[in-house]
Amino acid sequence: MKARIYVFLKPKVLDPQGKAIEKALSTLGFEEVKSVRAGKFFEVETGDVPPGKEEETLREYCRKLLVNAVIEDYRIEVIEK
Amino acid sequence: MRVTVVQFLGSNCDHDVIQWSKDIFRMPTEVVWYTESDLRKPDLVLLPGGFSYGDYLRPGAMASRTPAIESVIDFAKSGGLVLGICNGFQILCECGLLPGALLRNSSLHFICRDLYLKAGNKKTPFTNKIPDGKLLRVPIAHGDGNYFCDEETAKALESEGRVAFRYVSPEGKIDPEWNPNGSMSGIAGILSEKKNVLGMMPHPERASDKALGCEDGRLIFESVISHLES
Amino acid sequence: MAEMEVTFELAKENGITPEEWEKIHKILGRKPTYPELGIFQAMWSEHCSYKSSKIHLKTLPTEAPWVLQGPGENAGIIDIGDGWAVAFKMESHNHPSFIEPYQGAATGVGGILRDVFTMGARPLANLNGLFFGAPDHPKTPFLMRGVVAGVGDYGNCIGVPMLGGQVTFHPCFNGNNLVNAFTLGVLRGDRIFRGKAEGVGNPVWYVGSKTGRDGIHGATMASAEFSEETEEKKPTVQVGDPFTEKLLLEACLEIMADDFVLGIQDMGAAGLTSSSLEMAERAGSGIRIDLSKIPLREKDLNPYEILLSESQERMLFVAKKGYEKEILSVFRKWNLDAVQIGEVTDTSRAEFWFGGKKVADIPIAGIGDEAPLYDRPSAEPEELSEMRKLDLSKIEDLKDPGKEFLHFIGSPHLCSRKWVFTQYDQSVRTNTVQGPYHEAGLIRLKGTTKGIAMSLDVNPRLCKLDPRLGAASAVAESALNVACAGAKPLGVTDCLNFGNPEKPGVMWEFKEAMAGMREACLKLETPVVSGNVSFYNETEGVGIYPTPSIGMVGLAEDISKTATCFFKKDGAKVLLLGKRKGTLGGSLYLSAVKGLDKGNPPELDLDYHKSLINLMISLIGDGLVESAHDVSEGGLLPALAECCLSPLSDDLGASIDLKPGQRLDELFFGESISRVVVTADPESAGEVMKSAAAAGIDAGEIGLTGGKDFSVSIEGKRIFSLKISEIRTVWENGIDKILA
Repeated sequence: MKARIYVFLKPKVLDPQGKAIEKALSTLGFEEVKSVRAGKFFEVETGDVPPGKEEETLREYCRKLLVNAVIEDYRIEVIEK
Repeated sequence: MRVTVVQFLGSNCDHDVIQWSKDIFRMPTEVVWYTESDLRKPDLVLLPGGFSYGDYLRPGAMASRTPAIESVIDFAKSGGLVLGICNGFQILCECGLLPGALLRNSSLHFICRDLYLKAGNKKTPFTNKIPDGKLLRVPIAHGDGNYFCDEETAKALESEGRVAFRYVSPEGKIDPEWNPNGSMSGIAGILSEKKNVLGMMPHPERASDKALGCEDGRLIFESVISHLES
Repeated sequence: MAEMEVTFELAKENGITPEEWEKIHKILGRKPTYPELGIFQAMWSEHCSYKSSKIHLKTLPTEAPWVLQGPGENAGIIDIGDGWAVAFKMESHNHPSFIEPYQGAATGVGGILRDVFTMGARPLANLNGLFFGAPDHPKTPFLMRGVVAGVGDYGNCIGVPMLGGQVTFHPCFNGNNLVNAFTLGVLRGDRIFRGKAEGVGNPVWYVGSKTGRDGIHGATMASAEFSEETEEKKPTVQVGDPFTEKLLLEACLEIMADDFVLGIQDMGAAGLTSSSLEMAERAGSGIRIDLSKIPLREKDLNPYEILLSESQERMLFVAKKGYEKEILSVFRKWNLDAVQIGEVTDTSRAEFWFGGKKVADIPIAGIGDEAPLYDRPSAEPEELSEMRKLDLSKIEDLKDPGKEFLHFIGSPHLCSRKWVFTQYDQSVRTNTVQGPYHEAGLIRLKGTTKGIAMSLDVNPRLCKLDPRLGAASAVAESALNVACAGAKPLGVTDCLNFGNPEKPGVMWEFKEAMAGMREACLKLETPVVSGNVSFYNETEGVGIYPTPSIGMVGLAEDISKTATCFFKKDGAKVLLLGKRKGTLGGSLYLSAVKGLDKGNPPELDLDYHKSLINLMISLIGDGLVESAHDVSEGGLLPALAECCLSPLSDDLGASIDLKPGQRLDELFFGESISRVVVTADPESAGEVMKSAAAAGIDAGEIGLTGGKDFSVSIEGKRIFSLKISEIRTVWENGIDKILA
């Protein structure tokens, strides 16, 4: 399977990096920028995964390692089964 | 007192804490590789600082999912003493032994400088030898030391006396200039519910030798010795 | 892959001259293959062959009884007694740091660390020489943020403390910033490893990161004939992986603790090509490598690319046969792949195979012996005679000395480097006795009483005005810095940053600088044991000022008898040792405040300077002085104020009283190489004066420490007084002006 996993900070958690990028964009003249939140993006390629279990498997990856639930949320996207 | 130091791929303060325990305090010290489950019956486990796994993914994330840490979790749950310094603190949060998380410093820079610490509770295994009114001068050296937790946890930490150390000014006051990584409430170190696990960002092992200018960090190790003796 | 047709046209595009093309034919007895052309081009590049500098470098002194390894290896090594030795080297990463400051600086640190641990030494300290354009140049903040973060992140992750160095701003670096990275490591003197491919039949191993297209020579790769996928194959910026380097460091030191590694070398510039050829050359052996066995990051690299890739964090080593199991188990422990890629031969040739086919076969001696050597024409640059003229009568003296002093010390040139240094781990490994805020970096050697001091210095402005004097002054200043920490200077590594050597003016600067370094190193008995040359620091025809950075290493026998530059307590006498008068010629004051790089720089009397160095070592060793600070760029008043500005203790002021007889700007900000400010207890001050007199060094009392103010008078008449806290605020926030 091929999949994408997006990891981002929970809305309540301060994101200094996002803030800095937000500021940099407005300094560049993009005054319409209201807010930027930085995150992480993973492209995952695996061997065979039992059909129908793709999302569950990816959630396992997130829970076990990729995401720190204290501060982060995530979204998964299966590209190819 | 028997001390075990856990080494991870990328730890770089492992030598420093080994020297702290073995040479400065002359304690029998074992070194356990991250793939090992046998902690060799320690009284105190030290998780050293550094950049385990290069801080890739999140600081401490990958180290916290290793066989040695599974054993450290069991050891802590049975009441064993665990001290995580810097990356060791990040690992303790990532593995769930301590609440909250350590975010990027608010300046977005790595910061290395001496800071002053005030103990929040002197009746713990790690702080009992710190004299009243004494501030510890100890260096920090990290990029991700900005402590964060939800409000409920924050309240619990305060009410249960689990804030081990706070960054303060030389006068002992909470002051943003003396809390350069932006930690909430100036938190520099916290304790587990049973107070047998301490995670702290500053490096007491770097402030324990007269030849290097400051010995305040010794008080933490001496507290552990005195706790185990009593 | 279709075989490339090798023609002279193609060779020319790759920088090969007609004479070199002839030589290649003579050496091979035939036309080169495409990979062979790549090998010659890389090995005969300025960077690898030192073709413009070699004849001049040979004039530098490189020997002393304590030198265990001089130039020609990955790093130089000196003996520090009791079986201990230190390995150190400095290297430039200038061009990459301009293109991509973060990665360029980071990989510079990575490279120099590998050079040191390759010798079997554990890296224990870093220094950095960073040179940026004018503080108000639009690119300066971007470059500075990137370079500092890159240097910091790499060293911090590995766990090697940064003990200081130099941060310089000058418009001559607007188009070419410099990054000079220095690493020092410690080893046992009888456990030195060298880059040698010894013992016919012994396996050649590759370990570390996989090979990608990083840093392959730009001009060649972009040539249209080479491939239709030109865009895709453009050289990529080298990206540093400090985590892998940390694993490599630990794994290499672990296998070197045993006796089966015979030779080891970092794959640095020109990657596998230069490392394999140099290892065979040093051993007088041959080497056969199967390029198909090299671990690749992208599948479709061709032999040319594999040979010339500059991917980071890779090492080549030769081990005794029969230890495959032991070697693999160490690298497996550290999560690293080690692969056997070839063997040592007795053919004196370098053979490279790919897919069962020989793609290159070169006599090793030919490459070295026939390498081009140039004695390039040189001539003093025309602008110099004009630059040396200075008419002080046209320059207004200070009007409001207190205000002008405050402005000067808060300028980016003199202000605190705190913003830079706090981004570097300074105390990891618990050896740091003096970190970056001090005169010199100083680490202790655990298990002994010894301390190792190091300093990195150069003043490009002096080197422009008089390269011979400037280079000698850089050696002199770094030696005095080390002595002010209480250590005896023992050896030098250099990083020689210059413009285009094909210009006679630049070549003249280089030759003069070498002559100055030679004089100073001979006189001060500090041989040059390692270093590198970086030419072509030019953009659009404008070159940098000559910048021969000097890294000086010294030994303090007893770490408890060392000194720092900061005033220690109230009521100590402030003494000025050395030359009484400074001069404004070539001074920072004229440059930074008046915009003039003009005049004759201060003279340097090397005999006098040596006496001053010896005096400092004995005063500190005898515990007669409480603090010692050399007076360098900025002159006397900034140096005195710096002694009041300890980052760790409370403000401690001083009352300074100077003798008249000079213009105020000259008295306060004039410069001289051989001057030191010390403090002594009133009871020992007399002793200090006596020792100075016996050593033939001028000495005078110029004030007293105490209070919270910095007060300056001339013959009792107050000129100005400022609160230390006020000076500190301005001084600590000076860098913010650049970054804002």
